[in-house]
Amino acid sequence: MRSVIPVLTVLAAIVALWYAAAIGMNAQWERDQAGRAGEVIGWAEIVPRTLAQERPVLPAPHQVAASFWQLTYGEEVEGRRGIVKSGSLSNRSLIYHGWVTLSATALGFAIGAGFGILLAIGIVFNRAMDISVMPWAIASQTIPIVAIAPMIIVVLNSIGVSGLVPKAMIAAYLSFFPVVVGMVKGLRSPDAMQLDLLRTYNASGAQGLGKLRFPASMPYLFASLKVGVAASLVGTIVAELPLGGAGLGTRLLAGSYYGQTIQIWATLFAAAFLAAAMVGLIGLVQAVTLRRMGMMR
Amino acid sequence: MIEAKGVGLTFATNDGPVHALKDVDLVINKGDFVSFIGPSGCGKTTFLRAIAALEAPTEGSLTVNGMSPEEARKSRAYGYVFQAAGLYPWRTIGGNIRLPLEIMGFSKSEQRERVERVLELVDLAGFGKKYPWQLSGGMQQRASIARALAFDADILLMDEPFGALDEIVRDHLNEELLKLWARTEKTIGFVTHSIPEAVYLSTRIVVMSPRPGRITDVIESPLPRERPLDIRDSPEFIEIAHRVRDGLRAGHSYDG
Repeated sequence: MRSVIPVLTVLAAIVALWYAAAIGMNAQWERDQAGRAGEVIGWAEIVPRTLAQERPVLPAPHQVAASFWQLTYGEEVEGRRGIVKSGSLSNRSLIYHGWVTLSATALGFAIGAGFGILLAIGIVFNRAMDISVMPWAIASQTIPIVAIAPMIIVVLNSIGVSGLVPKAMIAAYLSFFPVVVGMVKGLRSPDAMQLDLLRTYNASGAQGLGKLRFPASMPYLFASLKVGVAASLVGTIVAELPLGGAGLGTRLLAGSYYGQTIQIWATLFAAAFLAAAMVGLIGLVQAVTLRRMGMMR
Repeated sequence: MIEAKGVGLTFATNDGPVHALKDVDLVINKGDFVSFIGPSGCGKTTFLRAIAALEAPTEGSLTVNGMSPEEARKSRAYGYVFQAAGLYPWRTIGGNIRLPLEIMGFSKSEQRERVERVLELVDLAGFGKKYPWQLSGGMQQRASIARALAFDADILLMDEPFGALDEIVRDHLNEELLKLWARTEKTIGFVTHSIPEAVYLSTRIVVMSPRPGRITDVIESPLPRERPLDIRDSPEFIEIAHRVRDGLRAGHSYDG
């Protein structure tokens, strides 16, 4: 409870700053409008108008909040096409698009994390892989995937691979790397003495992995999964940009086509909430796992 | 039984070869309690690790129960206790003791039975469900001894097991270790750099000196097998301690 007041203070400061920026950035448009109509207006008229524009340069927080509410609760519960009245999610609601993005992200993240863990095991147990794989993994991340992802998606679409899979591929591509790095470090975290102990038992490599290296790597695994899941979401959204249809990325691009800045911001917040929820979920799994392992006191 | 003949071990380093051991001849008979004492760098830990096949001698011959150390390791002929307890923090004390039993494929019921038995042996009965962080350093080290005893190897190799503990706890554990040794009749190799600890525990004390690591004296202890703590005030005890100290000093002066 003690942390509530500081958090609210920071939040209030951000909102205040945001309002100030919105007024400043939107004011020029109001002045131009007034100038065209041959009027001269003062700040008293400008301020309320800057906070209620239809296509502001920077929408005010309450506009974004209202739009977010309308695009979630409004669409689904009250809207004609919403789940309450039609039995299926509305294709205009952020819940629908968020769900599409979430499913691609989750699939991509599962592939990426699984691949990352396997690669890390290979790197730790095989000297040839240790030397040869890491440079490639690093090189793979220097490719500006965010820039070329749309092209990859278009190419895959043209050869008939469409839907969830291409998006998940981009998400996996971005999420495997932090998992590899974290897990290599985690699997190598047992010290020489603990490895010697297993040698005195004549334990096999698989037993060493299962009984020592893997449990010891858990804190590292969860830290890298949190980074990886956020990277997955970025990958999915970027992959959705060139596609028509559904997904938060598609909504972002559509919003920018039509100058719907309020919608863009509402969509951005939906993406942020999605990311926070996924990271929070991993944090929860981490807490439960580490507690069951007796590693949290 | 452990037999070393002309054992030498040289590490190749960037600054040239380092002679960790040279011309080590030693026989450790079944049921012996042999301590290795000497300053750091004298090769006492290296010799223990060579017996455990954690290092390979570069010269001479070394046999453990008539086998090569490697074969002995594979047949799980010894339990090894390290300087730190090294218990897995994610396993309970019982779970840690069960670790070698799981790896060696004991049945579930036998695992349970053995864990109970060795916990009793090291005076930790009832602590099986606790996590390592809930125990003191001395108790953790006792648990690690229990872990080394769990699979009933004939030989127990201990590398400064009480080095990190305070003297009061150390005295107590030394006493306990002697009782344990009397009850289990194991062959024990014990590395230490405490003279009283070496004299109090051992039937034989091997004094070593560094550069190159070698044996300078082997002292047969005339003390009886049953030793109360106050035996340390007896003239015999003080005389042996004296001889150990002389051996250590001789090793150093030889070194120049």
